[in-house]
Amino acid sequence: MYKLSNLLLAFVLAFSANAQENAGLRLPTGFSATLFADQIGTARHIAINDKGVLFAKLNSVNKAGQSIVRMEDANGDGIAEKISGWGKYGGTGIYIKGSQLYASSDDAVYLYQLDANGEVTNPTAPKTIIQNLHSRRQHASKSITLDPQGNIYVNIGAYSNACQEKDRTVGSKGMMPCPILDSAGGIWKFDGKKENQSYAEGKRYATGLRNVIGLDWNNQTNSLFVTQHGRDQLNTFYPTMYTDAQNADLPAETMYEMKEGDDAGWPYVYYDPFQKKKILSPEYGGDGKLEGGKNALDPLVAFPAHMAPMSLLFYKGNQFPAKYKEGAFITFHGSWNRAPLPQEGYFVAFVPFKNGKPAGEWEIFANGFAGPDNNKSPRGAKARPCGLAEGPDGSLYVSDDSKGAIFKISFNK
Amino acid sequence: MQKMQFKIVSLIVVALFYCIQGNTQNMQNGKKIYEAKCLACHQADGGGVPNMNAPLDAASNVVGKDIARLVRIIRNGYNERIALDGFYYSNAMTASPDLKDNEIADLLTYIRNSWSNKASAVTIAQVQAAKKKK
Repeated sequence: MYKLSNLLLAFVLAFSANAQENAGLRLPTGFSATLFADQIGTARHIAINDKGVLFAKLNSVNKAGQSIVRMEDANGDGIAEKISGWGKYGGTGIYIKGSQLYASSDDAVYLYQLDANGEVTNPTAPKTIIQNLHSRRQHASKSITLDPQGNIYVNIGAYSNACQEKDRTVGSKGMMPCPILDSAGGIWKFDGKKENQSYAEGKRYATGLRNVIGLDWNNQTNSLFVTQHGRDQLNTFYPTMYTDAQNADLPAETMYEMKEGDDAGWPYVYYDPFQKKKILSPEYGGDGKLEGGKNALDPLVAFPAHMAPMSLLFYKGNQFPAKYKEGAFITFHGSWNRAPLPQEGYFVAFVPFKNGKPAGEWEIFANGFAGPDNNKSPRGAKARPCGLAEGPDGSLYVSDDSKGAIFKISFNK
Repeated sequence: MQKMQFKIVSLIVVALFYCIQGNTQNMQNGKKIYEAKCLACHQADGGGVPNMNAPLDAASNVVGKDIARLVRIIRNGYNERIALDGFYYSNAMTASPDLKDNEIADLLTYIRNSWSNKASAVTIAQVQAAKKKK
């Protein structure tokens, strides 16, 4: 009897651990998910070649001594059984364009050559395309995307919360003009093939962006779209102006279409999704109502505060139902600055697009990353959605940079 | 004899009571300060935020012996990338120079004895000694 109950227990444990439906995710009807890979390391952005081999850029070198991980599902069961890797530098960005694979550290971008099978030919000797970019701890990660002409766009995040004289310090004023903006707080454009470029060879393409981690080129509009991480801690530094509850909802996380020379307004303004206005930052004399940023863009989409958009991907495939075509998927890492209120995010959102413009409200596409107990503390979350890639068959891959899971989401007709 | 025993027992009970109550008061005061000044970044579970804000729960430095360093970080803030138990954290921490010695002691006592942490309470004398050390 004792043995039987032990056997039963083992069976139940094995079942719940391995055969979790849809890898524990909640998805719209008709979709399913597999755990494509797990525990590969701090998987930030991901890219996929024509053959469906997935590459993940790790934020730090994993236990196997790799910072770029190659994953292949040769038998087509939705789980990668061939996992290998290379690279000795942590970073966030990875992008495949034609026969080129780009990967970034926090201060440089490297170029690898792919052969006819989409395999990297020079894993230990990449070309250095861009170097010596600012990497000053805060918002140091460099995200990358390319346009059809082969220009590469790199986010250089502002090494500051709100460009105060003393960062994150009560009573410290905002610097006017903000000196950070000449070399960070925006998107820089470089030649995708030239070696050893830095600030002198590149161009500040767009500014006023505190930190962009998700960015993608939209082929419909032939323009760059980005998602910004809004500022933190309005209540911490201005407790008489903002309550904890207001801070939890302010400011919006925002999506912009950025054309050359555009300005999204950071640090002088933030976007209030309730007043639907650009509000002057308190560091620059704002009171929560005064408007600012006359020449700054309004966002195309405003998401709830602090959820941290990590990747932006326009869906080009035909596998998903028609409403997803050309729409935007966005991973939300999950908030921390909503405390003491409950945290939010830890999901993949979708924004429908028509003719290159948002055509409806954003919605949650995939949820449940934080885990079944719904523990939405940054540390306690089972997975934190980060990277996105679209496979050649139209499946969507989502990476998790906390424990290193890769989810593959497919539509089953 | 029985009376004597009773007296001793009640003395111990009363002493224990004061001990625990004093301790609870320090913990409660520390909790209040934690919620006002620390929780936004270090989180309700003391777990911090991966890559950004260092955890306090189960952090070797926090439950360690170098009280002076903890006092300095609270008073002066922290503006360097910090390595802790194999991970790095990047965000700047706000200074709190306005906290009184007893408040720092209570706050540290609370942090060192919350979540899974179990370490010695921090006294006002230890805070003052740390301030002299600079």
